[in-house]
Amino acid sequence: MSTASTEKTLAYTADFHDEAPLVTGDLTFHDITEIVSVHTEKKTPLAWYGAFSLALSGLMIMIIMIAYLFWNGTGVWGLNNPVGWGYAIVNFVFWVGIGHAGTLISAILFLFRQQWRTGINRSAEAMTIFAVICALVFPGIHVGRIWAAYWMLPIPNQMDMWPQFKSPLLWDVFAVSTYFTVSLVFWYVGMIPDIATLRDRATSKIRRRVMGVLSMGWTGANRHWRNYEKAYLLLAALATPLVLSVHSVVSFDFAVSIVPGWHTTIFPPYFVAGAIFSGFAMVVTLAIVARHVYAVKNIVTIDHLEKMNIIILLTGSIVGFAYITEFFIAWYSGVQYEQYAFTNRMFGPYAWAYWTMMSCNLFFPQFFWIKKLRRSIPFMFVISILVNVGMWFERFVIVVSSLHRDYLPSSWDYYTPTIVDILTFVGTFGLFFTLYLLFLRFLPQVAMSEVKGVMPQADPHFYDHAGDGHVAEHSVEVSPENEQPN
Amino acid sequence: MLNQLATQVKATMGIYEAQDDDVYGVLAEFAHPGELLRAAKAVHEEGYSHFDTHSPFPIHGMDKAMGLGNSIIGWITFGGGIAGLSLATWMQWWMGEVSYPINISGKPFFAVEPSIPVMFELTILFAALLTVAGMFALNGLPRPYNPLFYSREFLRVTDDAFFLHIAASDKQFDMEATPQMLADMGASHIESIRDTGEED
Repeated sequence: MSTASTEKTLAYTADFHDEAPLVTGDLTFHDITEIVSVHTEKKTPLAWYGAFSLALSGLMIMIIMIAYLFWNGTGVWGLNNPVGWGYAIVNFVFWVGIGHAGTLISAILFLFRQQWRTGINRSAEAMTIFAVICALVFPGIHVGRIWAAYWMLPIPNQMDMWPQFKSPLLWDVFAVSTYFTVSLVFWYVGMIPDIATLRDRATSKIRRRVMGVLSMGWTGANRHWRNYEKAYLLLAALATPLVLSVHSVVSFDFAVSIVPGWHTTIFPPYFVAGAIFSGFAMVVTLAIVARHVYAVKNIVTIDHLEKMNIIILLTGSIVGFAYITEFFIAWYSGVQYEQYAFTNRMFGPYAWAYWTMMSCNLFFPQFFWIKKLRRSIPFMFVISILVNVGMWFERFVIVVSSLHRDYLPSSWDYYTPTIVDILTFVGTFGLFFTLYLLFLRFLPQVAMSEVKGVMPQADPHFYDHAGDGHVAEHSVEVSPENEQPN
Repeated sequence: MLNQLATQVKATMGIYEAQDDDVYGVLAEFAHPGELLRAAKAVHEEGYSHFDTHSPFPIHGMDKAMGLGNSIIGWITFGGGIAGLSLATWMQWWMGEVSYPINISGKPFFAVEPSIPVMFELTILFAALLTVAGMFALNGLPRPYNPLFYSREFLRVTDDAFFLHIAASDKQFDMEATPQMLADMGASHIESIRDTGEED
């Protein structure tokens, strides 16, 4: 059907859509299956082993650092008396934030019928799950008395003791664990039809069995699609308020306290915007690499990247606006502690961190106003990394610069991370990339069934308009109510 | 009576019983989604009810063509949400007010305001998990054994092929007339499926 359908595709696209097609290169349904599936079926490339051993080394570093921490206690970190929250919280908020873009792409853009999401949603959702796993490491290990970590959960125990539900830290436990669970089932449900594709292509019996179990006997039956699509829509509708709530609850950890620089009502929306900002930057970074290595440039097109860059520009500007608003409110409040906290951020001992944050988050993304730059792969690659550097520093500035000079000048101190702090953080990238590389190797990295579904030839009415005589040949006519577009 | 009900419920999931001589049904391939939609509509108008279409992606308008109503899964989601909300409310009240009351700065042991985040999260969690569980239950999944898997051609259904399957358990099913009807509709490949119960 290749040449005939090519002409039809073009005619159809010109007639019914002003936008460029979502999938370029005149691909058929089978081409999509091939392009995506082949990477899980071919012999593992040497380069994958190289990248994987690097990532695994990072993971090993993280495990060793955590073991060292457990053995010695939190004294091995650089925490001191006013700065009781250091790298652990900074990294936790950083990784949770990264995760938000995946849910935004899979849920919010789905509800807004942004069909371009289909090219990137699978890998973005995977990124969400792995980023949240990295985030969950930190609350788990930072409690000091690790053997009491289960006190965070409402588990019946011999002390007849329950968690304190008035604490935002406990809300965080519920928010992040719910977020992880819902993201995981959302990801898995979305993957079932694609795992069935891998099952039906499997050549070895073991692979067919494994994929068969994972795909639950999916046959693409319309009776199943009917419930499946509704369930997917409902999950998207549930995940949308969830993702907005998660970073709001994370921001409550700060906003509910009375520390100058934390105690602001702007935190929830500002944290959510920042999370989406950093998450999209991470998606762009990963997508640029993946589309080069895995040759999925026809599915993840330059238009996809440009759209994400526009979202980076938008959310970056929201974040920058929030920074400026915070300053204004600090001045306008007339509270000297609040005012001092903000001038101290700008010109105090952590001014270097503050200006790194300002330039990476507010200044550099503004280059995306220029169309040529936001469609330039090398340029956006650099910006996407700078954004994540900036967003890490944002959390560092909020946590450390607010704490290190509190109400009592005699206890002021300067916080410096130790090598254990730094290596644990570096190690979480090892954890992240280990999981991500396993995903790229063994699971379909693009949502094949969804991409096929948004191609013009997936629309049953595509064939009516093509005028190829099919309708007239058959005794069965299409009734008028089925003729409506969409 | 109960058996009949079970059969009916299974039919809504697309699970049909094999008839005489192990005949499970007849499988026909169509060239593209447009033909499949027309065929499904025609089969439905002919009065068949035990049939299903199989495609690599959901086809717009197919539910209507097959005469299927709206999915009831929304009610399951709603039930899950109510369950989560009730559990969260009860849990926070009982743990804070009854089982383990601690006076913190004179705040009430239980109040709605600080309980809202956990109520919200558990509402979402239960609603989402029940949506997924309900979707599997309504679809009769997991279903590791399916007679359609005996067909070699059917392997392409998750790639780029479009199939219509009419089950032998349908009242109108006829070993001669049904395949003939599908052929008249333009089906390119027609085969009968037997439920032999053997391993492939």
